[in-house]
Amino acid sequence: MLRFLIVRLAGALLVLALVAVIVFMLTRLAAGDPVALLLGDQASIADIAKVRAQYGLDQPLPAQFVLWLGQLLHGNLGQSLFLQQPVTQALLDRAEPTLLLAFFAVAIAALIGIPAGMAAAIWRGSAADQVFSSLAMLGASVPSFWLGLTLIQVFAVKLGWFPSSGYGDPTASFGERLQHLLLPAIVLGLVNSALIIRFTRAAMLDILGEDYVRTARAKGLAEGTVMFKHVLRNSLVPIVTVLGLTMAVMIGGTVVTETVFNLPGVGNLVVRAVLRRDYPVIQGALLVIAAIYVFINFSIDIIYTLVDPRIRLETSA
Amino acid sequence: MTLSCPSVRRRLSPLLGRLSPLLGRLFARRIVLAATLVLLLVVIVAVAYPWLSGVDPNAMHPSLRLRAPNAGHWAGTDELGRDVMSRIVYGARYSLLIGFMTAAGAVLLGTALGILAGFFRRVDGLLMRIVDAMMSFPDILLGIALVSIFGGSLWNVILALVIVYTPRVARVVRASTLVLKELLFVDAARALGVRTHGILLRHILPNLISPILVQATFCFAHAILAEAALSFLGVGVPPEIPTWGTMIAGSIEYSDRAFWTIFSPGLAIVVTALALQVLGDGVRDMLDPKLKRAT
Repeated sequence: MLRFLIVRLAGALLVLALVAVIVFMLTRLAAGDPVALLLGDQASIADIAKVRAQYGLDQPLPAQFVLWLGQLLHGNLGQSLFLQQPVTQALLDRAEPTLLLAFFAVAIAALIGIPAGMAAAIWRGSAADQVFSSLAMLGASVPSFWLGLTLIQVFAVKLGWFPSSGYGDPTASFGERLQHLLLPAIVLGLVNSALIIRFTRAAMLDILGEDYVRTARAKGLAEGTVMFKHVLRNSLVPIVTVLGLTMAVMIGGTVVTETVFNLPGVGNLVVRAVLRRDYPVIQGALLVIAAIYVFINFSIDIIYTLVDPRIRLETSA
Repeated sequence: MTLSCPSVRRRLSPLLGRLSPLLGRLFARRIVLAATLVLLLVVIVAVAYPWLSGVDPNAMHPSLRLRAPNAGHWAGTDELGRDVMSRIVYGARYSLLIGFMTAAGAVLLGTALGILAGFFRRVDGLLMRIVDAMMSFPDILLGIALVSIFGGSLWNVILALVIVYTPRVARVVRASTLVLKELLFVDAARALGVRTHGILLRHILPNLISPILVQATFCFAHAILAEAALSFLGVGVPPEIPTWGTMIAGSIEYSDRAFWTIFSPGLAIVVTALALQVLGDGVRDMLDPKLKRAT
């Protein structure tokens, strides 16, 4: 078990290191010079050189990478070129709406997706299966920003049930902020429930085909007992997995939704950073989001093996 | 050589004869047939547009701006008085081009990388860790970062999307290759002296058609969705090229007054992406022997 843990951990760390390299290369390959952009076209060459030196941009690339990585390991993501604050602080300031949005969206997606996927698997081929499977396909074909804009028109502008955008004024209470998150969370939840429906259905179908389910039926257990004691309990592991993955994907998915609803979250921060080439912010955000993804994946792997010993046997064999 | 000759002959001559039962199975589900027809319609209308309609999609009529859908303008007019319907049809060319080129690029690159990683253990570890690293970025986020680096042009958006989707294809192809290379016919071919590249091209690749086709349709659909999202965020195709995404992005300020300018291009995306995914699902069912149902 310990060996397995170490191998997986080493794999995750290697992926993280590669993520760091990719993020670094991405921002350094970019065409525009952020310093020239920052100082405007009135700046003298000497001024530009001074600021470049200040940010370490005058060093050769490998040296810049080592410098950057060293800071990174100290939790320092650098200084934003435009916001006059450290990137870490900028990210923390905007973490709340993003994390809450992702959390509520996953909750909504799970509330829709898990029962629908289960129903589709249990009554395979029935009208319910066709309806839910089609809905899953539809959810995967709808651009989330367009769904957001449409729901804003209907529920915020026409019916006035929700605030149409923003996160309330800075003094808004927690309850008010949650109210602003409701419609975006519904949009993101609806779109992502598609993935959960498909995954839950497939996982349930796998388990319904297992020998022990046939045995349970053959020995005359009531269908309800078979479903709850044998099928449902065993399908929990893959379902928890897909919830974790959805959470990881969701943090990236909030980029578009935050822009539609003008929420001051991490996604919004990244889009603005990209539009004005604020490299440290782009780097930091990409890195943190990818690291969260790797971490969630790693945790799922570990939980999976703890819960289901068959997986460990397969990988070590 | 003796083994591959009859197989080549068999592949060439009655290709149609072998294809028709497959197509029969594909279209046995009426929804798949409907999706295929919808896609054909979209493609034909987009290609034949100049011969079908005399309306110039870029003609501006300031006196007719922001008109609601009516008999003369089925989908209304936008903020510059341009006919929304003809722009959707015209925009289909660009949206389909982006989707198709992305799918083609990602499938070509992803297949090559996936076969290499699946077949040669030595490159597998590193290649797959790079794929893992690429896939830990959410696709839209990686997309906007790449477009901001390359600069926003039609081909740069395609290039960025190819980079985003290649790892996804590579992973699927690698998994299938790992299974295939353990099968007896690969051993047999090797025993008969077929070179490695021959095994890869003639024995592994043809058996990968099913997962590759499925990935291609999904890439196509996702690329159309991603292009729209990138354009909406302001880091996609330049606004003067009418894709479904730039149409929505361009009219966003008028969404309260003239919602049709946003609703109908979005609907075009939904219909096309949905049709592609249904078709992809149908292809998967058709080619997967495990799923041979009562149909």
